[in-house]
Amino acid sequence: MLFAADIEVAQTIGFGIIAAFMIAGALNVVLSKNVVHAALSLVMVMAGAAAQYLLLAAEFVAVTQVLVYIGAVMVLFLFGVMLTRAKLGKDTDLNNDKGWAFGLPISVLLLGVMGYVLLDGFKDTKISGSGEGRIGSAANVLLSDRIFSTYALPFWALSFVLLAAVIGAIVLARKD
Amino acid sequence: MMPFAILGADLPYWTQSLLRVLGGAVAVLLPAGTIVYLFLFKMMSFMQSRLGPMEAGPYGSMQLFAEVGKWLQKEDISPTRADKRVFRLAPLVVLMSTFLLVAVVPFGPDAYFTDFDAGVFYMLAVSSISTLGILMAGWSSANKYSLLGGLRAAGQLIAYELPMVLSVIGVVIQAGTMNLQQIVVKQNSDSIFGWNGLGFPYILTQGVGFLIFMIAVQAELTQTPFDMPIAESELVSGYMTEYSGFRFLIFFIAEFATAGVFALIASVLFLGGWGVPFAWFDWAPVGGGEIDNWMNVGGPLIMFTKMMVLTGIIMWVRFSYPRFREDQLQRFAWKVLIPVSLINIMITAILKVAF
Repeated sequence: MLFAADIEVAQTIGFGIIAAFMIAGALNVVLSKNVVHAALSLVMVMAGAAAQYLLLAAEFVAVTQVLVYIGAVMVLFLFGVMLTRAKLGKDTDLNNDKGWAFGLPISVLLLGVMGYVLLDGFKDTKISGSGEGRIGSAANVLLSDRIFSTYALPFWALSFVLLAAVIGAIVLARKD
Repeated sequence: MMPFAILGADLPYWTQSLLRVLGGAVAVLLPAGTIVYLFLFKMMSFMQSRLGPMEAGPYGSMQLFAEVGKWLQKEDISPTRADKRVFRLAPLVVLMSTFLLVAVVPFGPDAYFTDFDAGVFYMLAVSSISTLGILMAGWSSANKYSLLGGLRAAGQLIAYELPMVLSVIGVVIQAGTMNLQQIVVKQNSDSIFGWNGLGFPYILTQGVGFLIFMIAVQAELTQTPFDMPIAESELVSGYMTEYSGFRFLIFFIAEFATAGVFALIASVLFLGGWGVPFAWFDWAPVGGGEIDNWMNVGGPLIMFTKMMVLTGIIMWVRFSYPRFREDQLQRFAWKVLIPVSLINIMITAILKVAF
C-alpha cells in the first residue's frame, strides 16, 4: 500500500498553489503603495478563498463568496475608492508605519486562535473527494433545510440586522 | 465523471477535457462572430441604410474578416500616465467572465461543460465579475471619460443585477432545482394539464420573469437603451476610449459573446433549452441510449437556433430605441423592475404551494 494512498494528490497540489496565490495577494493588500492595487489584490484573495471552498466540495458557499465578496463588496469598494481618492501611481501617505508594534502581535495571535479552532474543530475529518461519496446535489438541499429549520431563529435575527442596516442607509442618504 | 457519450463513444478523461476546452472556445467565439456579422453588420446596416458593410467581398460577406484583420494590425497603445498592468489586464477579466458563464450552460444530455448543482446561482455570481473588469479599465486609462464611463457602468450593472437575480428565482421555485440541466429536463418532461405535446417551457408561467430577465440582460450588456456607460456622443466610448487593437477586440468579442451566452441561459431557463418535448419520442429523460446520442448532436443546434432568435431580439431593441437618461435608468430598475419581480416571486411561491 502506498504511503499517500488516502491523500487526494491533485486536490492537495491545487490547495498549495491557490494558497500561495492567496498569501501573495494578502501581502500585496497591506504592502501596496496604491489603493486600487490593494483592492484588486484583495479580490485575488477572495477568489482564492472561493476556489478553496470548491476544493472542500462546498459549491454553494464558493458561489456565495464570489457573488457577495467579488461581485458586490469589492465592486462597491472600488466604486467608492475611485469616486473619492484613487490616484494613479504611488501614494505616499497610504501606509501607517506606527502600527507595526500593535499589528504584528495581533495578527500572530489571530493566526494562532484561528488555527487552533480549525484544527480542534475538524481534527481528522475527511471529505470524500469524488465518486459516490460526493456531497454534490444533496449539499444545497441540506444547507437550505438547515437554514430554514434548525437555524431559522439566527437567520431571522440576521435578516433584522440587515433590515436595520438598510433603513439606516436610507435615513443617512435622504436629505429631506 | 460521466462518459462523454457523443455518438456512443467512451472517451478517456483527457480527451473529454480537451473537447470541453475546445467546446468552450467554440461556444464563446461562434456566437460572437455570428451575432456581429448577421446583426451588427447586416441587420443594422439594412435598418439604418448604411452602405459600408456591402463592400468587402460579394455582398459584403467578407466584412467580418476585414474587421478582424483591421483590429489585429493596429498598434497596441496604452496611455503614458495609465496604470499599465491593470490597463492590460482589464479586457481579459471581462472576457474571463464570459468564459466562466458558458461553463454551466448545458447543450445536451451529456454535452455540458460541468454539471454544476448551484448552476443558476453560479451564473448570476460569475456574470458580476465583468463589472470588476470594466471598473479596472475605466480607472487605469487615466482618462476622465473612461473613469466616468466605468463608474456609470458599475452603477448600472449593480442596479440591474438585482432584477436579474429576482426574475430567475421564479423559475428556480417552479423547477425546484438550481441545476440548469435539471431545469431543462423538468421543462421537457412536465405536461400542461395532462397534455404533454409541448412539454412545459417556463415562459408560459414565468412570462413576466422572462421579460424582466431580458431587460436586465440588455442592461448588463450595456446595449443601447442602456448604453450610458459607453454613450459615444458624450463620453467618446466610455471605459473603452483608450483601448486599441487587440485589446479593444477582446472587449468587443466579450460584449457580443456575453450577449450570446445570456441568450443561451435565457433559452435554458425559459424556453426549454436543448430539449424537445420528451413525449415525442417516448423517451425517459437523460436515460442513456440512442436518443441521448442524437440529442448530444441535435441539442447544440436547437440551442443555437434559440440563441439566434433571442439575440435577434436584443439587437433589434438595440437598433430601435433611444438612450435612457441616467436617472431614468436607475429609477426604472429600482421602482419598476425590482417590485414587479418581487411580486412575481410571491405569486409563483403561492401557486407552487397551492398546486
